[in-house]
Order: sequence, then structure tokens, then C-alpha cells
Amino acid sequence: MSVLPAAPPDASAERTSPLAELALLARRIGAMCLVELQKLRHDRTELVTRTVQPALWLVVFGTTFSRIHAIPTGSTPYLDFLAPGILAQSALFIAIFYGIQVIWERDAGVLAKLLVTPTPRSALVASKAFAAGLRALVQALVVVVIALLLGVGMTANPLKLLGAAAAVVLGSAFFCCFSITLAGLVLKRDRLMGIGQAITMPLFFASNALYPVAIMPTWLQWITYVNPLSYEVDALRGLLIGTPARLGLDFLVLAVAAAAMITIASAILPRLARG
Amino acid sequence: MTPVVTRGLRYAFGDHVAVDGLDLALAPGEVFGLLGPNGAGKTTTIRVITTLLPAPPGTVEVAGLDVARHQRQVRRLLGYVPQQLSADASLTGRENVALFARLFDVPRRGRADAVAGVLAAMGLTEAADRTVSTFSGGMVRRLELAQALVSAPRVLVLDEPTVGLDPVARAGVWDRIHEVRAETGMTVLVTTHAMEEAELHCDRVALLHRGRKRAEGTPAELTAALGAEATLDDVFRHHTGDTLTPGSATEEGTLRDVRAARRTARRVG
Repeated sequence: MSVLPAAPPDASAERTSPLAELALLARRIGAMCLVELQKLRHDRTELVTRTVQPALWLVVFGTTFSRIHAIPTGSTPYLDFLAPGILAQSALFIAIFYGIQVIWERDAGVLAKLLVTPTPRSALVASKAFAAGLRALVQALVVVVIALLLGVGMTANPLKLLGAAAAVVLGSAFFCCFSITLAGLVLKRDRLMGIGQAITMPLFFASNALYPVAIMPTWLQWITYVNPLSYEVDALRGLLIGTPARLGLDFLVLAVAAAAMITIASAILPRLARG
Repeated sequence: MTPVVTRGLRYAFGDHVAVDGLDLALAPGEVFGLLGPNGAGKTTTIRVITTLLPAPPGTVEVAGLDVARHQRQVRRLLGYVPQQLSADASLTGRENVALFARLFDVPRRGRADAVAGVLAAMGLTEAADRTVSTFSGGMVRRLELAQALVSAPRVLVLDEPTVGLDPVARAGVWDRIHEVRAETGMTVLVTTHAMEEAELHCDRVALLHRGRKRAEGTPAELTAALGAEATLDDVFRHHTGDTLTPGSATEEGTLRDVRAARRTARRVG
């Protein structure tokens, strides 16, 4: 049986320079993203079932409210205004339940196995976050296709599309890590399922996804300012539809929020593994 | 170099002392069995050795490295198979192993060969490109061994590796473990409830009860101490008092052990 690998590298030669750490992080993110793509390749059921809700929002809610002109969106048709919001919502719904997956992985022994690899906790969490981003991105593509079929005018500028993809990934990374943090606090799948359902719609409604912030009551406006989903939607709307957006602020908030939540989730992950 | 050493290891969950002053020293290349009832401290010991629980400084070493201070280096030397069937059912066998090859930084150049090699060593070449959801329980266990072996660990840590498997699958798993050991000389640390398995497959065993080591030696030494006809089952009963002892472990720990075993048993059908 001479097919087994040779001896492992000398453990004392573990690289610790910042550049090596970054390279390690990139490799881990790549490995976990690849796994997400492989899972999607083997089973596309989730991709199809998750398409139903955004399709309903756009086809039923979007077209109806476009006709009645109930929501003031200036010169932008309401369906165009809504499409980036629904795209962000799709990504949110995928990412916010990643904590449940991590609890399942804990119960199934997968998390323990991952934690016994030479992968720093932060790299493991970042990998999960970006894997969630990748899955959300695939879902976002489906929503974009639906929106285009409904006649929504979206940009074809590859740079803007790349920017929109970055906004989806950063937003999903934040909500994925938020979910992992909640998982680390509640430790049980059914509890997290309840919390996930309880917070998802409020996060969606307390953002600029469905209507402009300007028409909201003041207290709700304040909530939108601290809700990262609003910045994701603002960036998507600016990049895809061409409405005025504060792209610099949007990406700054999304990047800082994602980094902060990755740090928090990394700190809480060992608690989840022990729990 | 001694592959695994614990010196007076003590680990407590709140007021409950799960491991109390455990001294172990594994010899290179041996199969060492940690035996004991639920809540004896076996899994806690393994979780400390594998860095899943924080080790008190100076109490646990893997290949001469203090586990408390060199966690990442220690992880690079370990292959770990948890009690649950933990392969990802939605991926193929090859994809499952390739993930761990990447996570252990197996160089890209030889990665495909390394993955194919461990799959072949585990007798899974033909099934490698099927999704794991179509595997039998024994195949999943062998796949998990392949995942643990793809990084060529120095110490293979197995937590109840044959729980829930039928006798044929059990024998298959143990055959592969012995082949790997003969091929690589790696040390194997295994926990089990199954005394007949320990007697048959372990070079040495330590019997834990209520967090303490009650006996240690080769199965032959331990049984001989009780009489010519004695088995490891008799040794187990002798040292644990032949009674179930509610309260000897945390209720949570015991419940979790049972749940994990049942979950695994359900998955292997």
C-alpha cells in the first residue's frame, strides 16, 4: 500500500508572516467557495426553490405597485427601484441562515473536524462568510435574469456589475457572520431558526429595499442608518440602476461591518464547538 | 519522540471534573485505546489533545509540542475522525477528501495523487465520484479515514470509529487502520466502548472511569491480572464496579454521547 502520502511538513516551520497569513486566508476562502460551487452543482433544488420568493416579490408586488404609483421613486420606475432591493433580500435570506448550517455542522462533527485543521478560526469564519457570498451571488444572478425579463433597465457595464457583485458578497458576509454569532450565543438549531425568522423580515422592512428612506418616519430612518442592508441596497441601486448613491460610504460601511462581524464570529466559534 | 503525552491532565466543566490527573504516554506506531463508560473522560481527553478544548499549559504534548502554545502546529500533525459520521453527504467522496487536502495545504502539484492515493488505500476508488449520500455506513467511515489521512498525520485520533457499524463494516475499518499503521508507522489513539475490539486491535489500553485512569497496559496484561479466563469486559467491570452510575458524568455530557451515538447509528442504518 504505497499510495499513502508522505510525512507531513515540519510543524515547527509554520508560517507566521502577515503575507503568508493572507495567502493562507485566500487559499481557505478558495477551498470553501469551491465546496459551495460543488454542492450547487450536485443539487440545484435550493437554487430553484429560493427563486420563488424573489420572483413573487418582483412579479406580484413590483408590477402592482408600479401601476398604482403608491411609492414615490422619482423618475425611476418602481420595478427598477425594487429590483436591487429584492436582490439584496435574496442574498440576506441565504446568509442569515448560515448559522443553522454551522450548528448542524457542530452536531454532525464537521465543525470539530474543520477546527482540527491548521486553519485559524478567523480564516474558517471568513471562508464561510465568502462561501455564503458566493452562494448569494449565484442566487443574485437568477434575480437579475428575472428582473431583466420583467423589463428592468440594468447596466451592462462590467465594472459596475463587478461592484454590484462585491456589494452582494460583503453584505452576505456580514449577515452570515451575524448568523454564526447568533448560533454561538443560542447554540440550538430550533432557537436560531426562530430568531432568524423573527429578525429577517424586520431587517428587510427596516431598510431602503422597498421604499425610499425619505418617506419613512424618523425613528425608522434611524434604524435604516444602522442596518447594513440599506447600504447594500443603496450600492446595488446606484450600480445597477444608476440612481444617485453614496458608493464610497456604502462600501466602507459594508467592508467595516463584514470585517467586524467576522472578528466577532471568530471569537465566538470555539464556544459553539464546545456547546 | 513521544507522539502524545499528558501529564496530570485535569479538565473541569464548571464544578464537574471530567478528567482528573491523567498521565498518558503513547509509544510511536502503537494503537492505543482509551476505554471507559460514558462520561469517563475519554472524549474530553481527545478534545483537549486535538485542541478542541483549551489545554492547560504544560500538560499535553503532541510530538514534543505543547498543545497549549502551538495549537496550529499540533493540528498539522493530527488526523481526526469524530464519533459522528461527518462526511458531507452532498459532495462526492473525492470532493470530501480534496477539501481536507486543501485545508492541510497539501501542495497543489501532488494533491490529486494524494487524494486518489488515500481513497485507494481505503478501498474507495470506484465509489470516489459518487455523492456520499449513496455510501454505506462503513464506506463513510473509510472515507473519513481517507480525509484524516490525506495530510499524512503523525497521530491519528479516532473517537468511537466503529459505533453503529455492522461486524463486516467494523472489520473493514479496523483492517484499513492496521494497514495504514503498517504502511506509515503512525500512532493511533482510539476511544471505544467495545471491549472485544480493544482486545483484538489495541496494542495498549487505558481504562478511564470518572475522569481517572484506573488501569493501563496491554490487553493481555490487564486480563492476566484478573485470571486466566478473564476478558477485557471483566477488567472493565472490575474497575468500574459493574454498575451504571448516574451522576458520574454531567447529565449533558452523557446525553450528548448517547445522542451522538444514536445519530450515527441512524445514519448508518
